[in-house]
Amino acid sequence: MIEDFFLRALAGGIGAAFAAGPVGCFVVWRNLAYFGTALAHAVLLGVALGFLLDIAPILAVFAICLLLALCLLLLERQRYISVDALLGVLAHAVFAGGLVVVAFMERLRIDLIGYLFGDILSVGAVDLWLIFGTAVIVTGALAWQWRNLLSVTVNRDLAAVEGVPVERVRLLLLFLLAAVIAVGMKIVGMLLVVALVIVPAAAARRMATTPEQMAVASTAIGIASVVAGLFAALQWDIPAGPAIVLVASAIFALSLILPVRSGGGRAD
Amino acid sequence: MSPPSSSESAQAPPLVEARGVCVRFGRLNVLDNVDIVVRAGEIMTLVGLNGAGKSTLLRVILGIVKPDSGEVRRAPGLRIGYSPQHLHRDQILPMTVRRFLTLGAPARPEKLATVLDEVGADSILDFPLSEISGGELQRVLLARALLREPGLLVLDEPLAGVDVTSQSELYNLIGSIRDRYGCAVILVSHDLHLVMAATDTVVCLNRHICCSGRPQVVLRHPEFISLFGPHLSETLAVYQHMHDHRHDALGEPMAADSGVARDPQAGRRP
Repeated sequence: MIEDFFLRALAGGIGAAFAAGPVGCFVVWRNLAYFGTALAHAVLLGVALGFLLDIAPILAVFAICLLLALCLLLLERQRYISVDALLGVLAHAVFAGGLVVVAFMERLRIDLIGYLFGDILSVGAVDLWLIFGTAVIVTGALAWQWRNLLSVTVNRDLAAVEGVPVERVRLLLLFLLAAVIAVGMKIVGMLLVVALVIVPAAAARRMATTPEQMAVASTAIGIASVVAGLFAALQWDIPAGPAIVLVASAIFALSLILPVRSGGGRAD
Repeated sequence: MSPPSSSESAQAPPLVEARGVCVRFGRLNVLDNVDIVVRAGEIMTLVGLNGAGKSTLLRVILGIVKPDSGEVRRAPGLRIGYSPQHLHRDQILPMTVRRFLTLGAPARPEKLATVLDEVGADSILDFPLSEISGGELQRVLLARALLREPGLLVLDEPLAGVDVTSQSELYNLIGSIRDRYGCAVILVSHDLHLVMAATDTVVCLNRHICCSGRPQVVLRHPEFISLFGPHLSETLAVYQHMHDHRHDALGEPMAADSGVARDPQAGRRP
């Protein structure tokens, strides 16, 4: 007998994995993992502001992630401090800010653990709408700008000379990453959301010979991890978010046994 | 100061014209009041020490860097083919050479085959981009630029990572591409021997333009000598003296000033 809450959790997880799969590929291709981690640190501040302004936490988190992404994009242009250091400073500043704002909200106790580690079993009908809406928008935008995104990923200058609006494409990718983090944090929490994005993509590498195959494989691995992780959580009474990430990591480890498929190759 | 070129190319229309270009990164003047004119059918080489602003000047010409002052005019409808200095390649991205080449614009298989054959990279079409050698990568980058049927080829250190024996081959290839496509070529090179032997105009850059003109003229220019040292300048002058001819496709010597190579239309395929 499968309960409703479990079906909603399954649906929500699959929706989030759908959005995270192809975006995760760009995150590993372009070394954006640390960038994603910095965005995830803004989750708490977003949730707190969401409560204060009385808007859905996912929307508030998305807005605050996007704001942070824009800040990073602007600050990236200065040459005083390296981007890595800058990410570290901003990530922890917004995280600390989030903790302070949460502490101020005496009337309302936020379930910190739920946001740190995810609360997939509490996915509600509104969450499902938001998750699937996001998944559709993210995959649609990726399909629309796929060639440009790939072109910018391989070489920014080359893309610019060939007429790709590089800055707009980069902004789009950050926008999509922020959206994926906002829905992913509901599933596995802010501490593990980046894993939901990059682990399936990394695991997909050896199963693919083209970028498109890798995006599809990444999505499939993400969905499989959600399903297997949730059933494992039900079976052994373990936390669902970490179980999902563990399954994805196990698939990644197994994928290392496979030879690198690169489409053709040298005869020697 | 516009680079004085041969009378033939002086008549050719300017493809890119930069006037009084200044670029500053913070307080550092990377380019200071640079004038440069690239004309159709001309091979122009930028030489200069590290940090002289060569790549920045290319990026200004490409329109990637906006100058802080000065203006850049490009001929209307000018298509530029570009080969960057570095291409970050990573195993994590599954991509074949074929896919890389068609990323800029889809190309018919026959056209792909022709261009790859031309640059001598036809055998690696289905190899992973991350596994080809540095020399092969330069040829692939050149092919991607050529697929755009450019009026101007911009090559940032096209000889980087190419072994010494293939360098002159690649340089000859660039010359023959200019002859066949009638495009202008502007490139950055560190190999002064090759530069002096196979270029129409040399521009010596040290944040400002030290001197420019035909290789023989630049070699004797005091600013060039003070920048690269009298010894190198003399060696190159001797080299230039010994190699004041070109080789045709069969390797037979032909006069450098036959005019064939300088006329952008002369070598163009029908």
